Amino acid sequence: MTAARPTLRVAGEVPGLFAPLDLTLAPGRITCLLGASGVGKSTLLRLFAHLPTGVTFHGRVDSAPAALMGQDPGLFAWLTVAGNVALGARLRGEAADAARTARLIGAVGLSGLENRLPGQLSGGQRQRVALARTLAEDRPLVLLDEPFSALDARLRLTIGDMAARLLAGRTVLMVTHDPSEAARLGDRIRVMTPAGIEEVAAPPGPVPRPHDAAGVLAAQAALTQRLLA
Amino acid sequence: MRGLLAIAAALLLWEGAVRLTGLPPYLLPGPVAVGRALWAYRAELGPAALLTAGETLAGLAIGAALGIAVACAMAAWPRLGRALSPALIVSQTIPVFALAPILTLWLGFGLAPKIAMVVLIVFVPVAQALHDGLVAPPLAQLDVARTMGAGRWSELRHLRFPAALPRLASGLRLGAIYAPVGAVIGEWVGGARGLGALMIQANGRMKTDLMFAALIVVVALSLTIYRVLDRALAGMLARRGF
Repeated sequence: MTAARPTLRVAGEVPGLFAPLDLTLAPGRITCLLGASGVGKSTLLRLFAHLPTGVTFHGRVDSAPAALMGQDPGLFAWLTVAGNVALGARLRGEAADAARTARLIGAVGLSGLENRLPGQLSGGQRQRVALARTLAEDRPLVLLDEPFSALDARLRLTIGDMAARLLAGRTVLMVTHDPSEAARLGDRIRVMTPAGIEEVAAPPGPVPRPHDAAGVLAAQAALTQRLLA
Repeated sequence: MRGLLAIAAALLLWEGAVRLTGLPPYLLPGPVAVGRALWAYRAELGPAALLTAGETLAGLAIGAALGIAVACAMAAWPRLGRALSPALIVSQTIPVFALAPILTLWLGFGLAPKIAMVVLIVFVPVAQALHDGLVAPPLAQLDVARTMGAGRWSELRHLRFPAALPRLASGLRLGAIYAPVGAVIGEWVGGARGLGALMIQANGRMKTDLMFAALIVVVALSLTIYRVLDRALAGMLARRGF
């Protein structure tokens, strides 16, 4: 997986939103981008995804085909769990690999629910379907836009940990406004403010880190302090 | 149950008013007289209702198909959509009733002008409602689809259209309510058969009880068509997770 990874980098500015900045993603790692609401985190993520941002960006984007998972799981209400996980193949007119779809549904702990519609699932289950769909895409870049912020504290921990484990080895950009999430799940941590992006040392240990580890708690406190500054 | 009680109360009030005022039956027959007329003229009302129902259903089907096709075309080619959108709104301001004589002039006295009338009435709400849905897909789903590399057609087929089905259902319901009115007006203007023609003839002969009887059949027909369609649409949407 180390062979010829593309450079994933956004460098530039959006006048009125953020000053010139430079974000390069660490290959095979989870980069957590932490920042207050409205600071332009999601705009940056959308630049990586080549999605419309509604703003004028001056700079350059080096990206790769991405898989996207947002706060709204964005499931297709009329497709079953299996249909949603295999959505990419359907949209591109390719044949879906049923065995692989079933395996991914199992990996997120939803075996037996393959034929349910999203409306029949809980919020946590819906987000797990979105995670399986993201994995099914098997893209060189995974973009997570506050994927767990609508979940309660317990689900945020369990599904966050599950995501970090299942995404191990992939290049991930995860946007969040939750310092604890960045401290637990980020191999790299960047804090975004209107002045730009600064690097903050991540706590020791591989992700997902325990939420109550001393290093995680210390990093969480430091990050919170930085957001308040 | 409460609905039935309300109807019963209204009928009682109606009958009471007719008897108290002593209005002659050719001005306002009471519900009893209308009920009697419903039975007495069943041999005329039955076939007329069938014909009107047939015209309504044919017009509804054609109008819906046209509306769906035009809405999809407008969504697929945004330039066409921008060009046609104002036309759609303007067409809603035309009193379609005024077109009935022209349709008869163009299409003759057969079924065609009646069906065309229904088509005109059904087409606009269906096209408008579906188009509104097609151009405003759910944004999170749209982001996901675009990131996955869905093309314009794939996006339309797999996201925009299925996501707009509840809007389409609203348009169809609206169209179904007005559809029988279109058929009746068509028959009014240029028809020898059907409920509309029957009403005009009854009116001309001062058979007011028959006119009211035909009117009640129109209402019953409209409600039946609406109810069947509404049930079918609700079931279709429920199966699709809406």
